[in-house]
Amino acid sequence: MSKVLDDRKYADSHEWVKLEGDIATIGISDYAQHALGNIVYVDMPEVGDEVSQGEDFGAVESVKAASDLISPVSGEVVETNEELVDKPELINNDAFGNWIIKVKITDPSELDNLMDAEAYKKLCEA
Amino acid sequence: MVNYNKIIFELSKPGRQGYSLPKDSFETDGLKDIPTVLLRETAAELPEVSELDVVRHYTNLSNKNFGVDTGFYPLGSCTMKYNPKINEELCVLPEFTSLHPLQDESSIQGALELYWNLQRMLSEIAGLEEFTLNPYAGAHGELTGLMVMKKYHESRGDFKRTKVIVPDSAHGTNPASAMVAGFDVVEVKSKPNGSIDVEDLKPLLDDTVAGIMMTNPNTLGMFETEIMEIAKLVHEAGGLLYYDGANLNPLLGKVRPGDMGFDIMHINLHKTFSTPHGGGGPGSGPVGVTANLVKHLPNPRVVKDSSGRFHIMNDNEESLGSISSFLGNFGVMMRAYAYILSLGKENIKEVGPLATLNANYIKESLKDDYLLPIEGVCKHEFVFDGLKDKSTEVTTLNVAKRLLDYGFHAPTIYFPLLFHESMMIEPTETESKDTLDSFIEVMHAIAHEARENPDLVKNAPNNTLVRKLDETTAAKNPVLTYKALKESQE
Repeated sequence: MSKVLDDRKYADSHEWVKLEGDIATIGISDYAQHALGNIVYVDMPEVGDEVSQGEDFGAVESVKAASDLISPVSGEVVETNEELVDKPELINNDAFGNWIIKVKITDPSELDNLMDAEAYKKLCEA
Repeated sequence: MVNYNKIIFELSKPGRQGYSLPKDSFETDGLKDIPTVLLRETAAELPEVSELDVVRHYTNLSNKNFGVDTGFYPLGSCTMKYNPKINEELCVLPEFTSLHPLQDESSIQGALELYWNLQRMLSEIAGLEEFTLNPYAGAHGELTGLMVMKKYHESRGDFKRTKVIVPDSAHGTNPASAMVAGFDVVEVKSKPNGSIDVEDLKPLLDDTVAGIMMTNPNTLGMFETEIMEIAKLVHEAGGLLYYDGANLNPLLGKVRPGDMGFDIMHINLHKTFSTPHGGGGPGSGPVGVTANLVKHLPNPRVVKDSSGRFHIMNDNEESLGSISSFLGNFGVMMRAYAYILSLGKENIKEVGPLATLNANYIKESLKDDYLLPIEGVCKHEFVFDGLKDKSTEVTTLNVAKRLLDYGFHAPTIYFPLLFHESMMIEPTETESKDTLDSFIEVMHAIAHEARENPDLVKNAPNNTLVRKLDETTAAKNPVLTYKALKESQE
C-alpha cells in the first residue's frame, strides 16, 4: 500500500505538487516510485525553462522503464533538485521528501484541475 | 569449467603469440596506402595469447551461454524460434563467403539474384510492391520506413505533416524511431482489451499527421479487428500506415499487411525468418512499400533487366538517399532465403497457426496461477500481469529469476507498460508439446513456491553462475572495458 500525503495535490500521471506562495514544488508520488522500481536517472529541465500544465518537462528512468514527467502546473522553473543528479535513488527512499523541480506559477487556478489526496488514493487503488 | 571467469587480457603473457598471417597474394604494402595521420604511433595493447589459450577461453565462455540451441527461450516479442542448421550450411558456401562488395557486378550475379529473389518473396508475403534489404536491423528499418514517409509528404510539397501517431502499447522503438526521423510523437490510447481506441484516434487525425505506426497483432498478442476502419480513417486524413513487422510471425502466408491497408513496413529477418539473434546482431530489417512509394526507397537497389541480368543501381533521384554501406547484412539474407525456400509456399502457412496454438496452450494452462488481464484467443504471444495471488508480494522479476534456476530463459518482463507486472510469453512454433508441458509444470511449481516459501523465489536465482545482479549499479556505473575494470579495482 503506497503512501499519499494530504498536504498536496496530484496529477493523474502521478506527479505531486505543493504550493507555497507562488512557488510550486513538484515531485512524483510514492505510488509512482514503487511502480517504476529502482530509479537510475532523472532528466530535469534547466532553471529558467518554461513548463506547461500537461506537457512533459523531463523523465525518470528506472531499471524497468523510462517514464516522462508531466508538469502539473505552468510557469518558470526556478530551481532543480541537484542532489538527484548523483543520487536519483533518493526518490525511491522518500518520494514526497525529494522534490524534482520548483516552478514559479502563472495561474494558481490550474491547481483546480488536479486531484486532492482523497481522489488520488482512489486512483491508486483502482 | 562452467565456473571459468577470466577476461582474455588476464591470460596475456608478453611475447606469446598464436598467429601467422598468410602471404599477401597481391604483393602490396597495405600500410603505404594509409595516410600517416591515420596511423597509430604506439602499438595497440592487445592480449598476447596462444591459439590454444584463445580456443579454451572462448569455448569455456560459450559454455556459460544460453541460447535457443540450449533450451526453451519464450522471450515475448523476440520470436526466439529454432534456426535450422541448413541455413548455416548454405551461407558458408565459399562462393558466397569470399565475395567482396566492390567486385564488378558481372562477377556477383548469383548474390544479386539471391537479393532480388528474396526481395520478391518478401513482397509477396507482405502484399507490398517492393522491398529494400539494405537496413541492418529492425529499428534501422523503422527509421528507413519513416524517412520514406517523410520523403513522400515532402515530395508532394506538404511540409506541415510533423506528427506520427503511436499507440501507448507500442514497442519502444516506434516512438524512438519517429523522434530520430524528426517527427513529433502523439500517443493514441488503448481500450481495456488492448486494441487501439478508434474514438480516441479520430480527433487526432488532421493535416499535421504524417502517419501512424502499428503492429498487428498488437503488443498484447491480440489481432486489431478494426484495422480496416483505422486504415480508412488515416488515409482519408492524408496519412500513411506503418507496420512494425516484429509481430509478423503469426500472419505468415495467411494475412498480408499490404491487404490490411499498410503502406510501409519493416520485417525482422532475424525474428520471423529464423536467423540467429539475441547477441546484438547482425540483424536485418528489410523495408517494403506500396507502388507509389517505391521511388523513395534507399539507394542502392538491385534491378533485373529484360535479359535476366542483375544490376546495382544508384541512380534513383527521388530516393531518400543511402542508409547503409553496400546492400545490407548479406549473411542474414542468405539464412532467411534458405529458410523460406526450405519451408516453401505451402508450409510457411503452418508457422502462424502452430505459434498461435502453442501460445494459447500455455496461456490457458497457466491462467489459474497467473493473472490474465485480457481473455480470449491470442495470436503468437500473450501477457500475464504477474502472479494471480498478489498477497505473497512475489513480483514478476522474482518469477523470471526463479525460472533461470529451472533452466529456462525468462519471458520479456515489465513490457508492455499497460500493466505493472507484465510477463510477455512467446513460445514460437518450433517447440514440442513436451517442452511446453515442462515449462507449464515449472511455472505452476514457482506459483506454489511463491505461496509456500516466498523467500525462495524472492532470492532467486539460487543456482546460476551469477546470483541476482545489481541492476541499479549496472545502469548507473557500467564497467564495460578492461581498462575501466582495472581502474575500478585500483
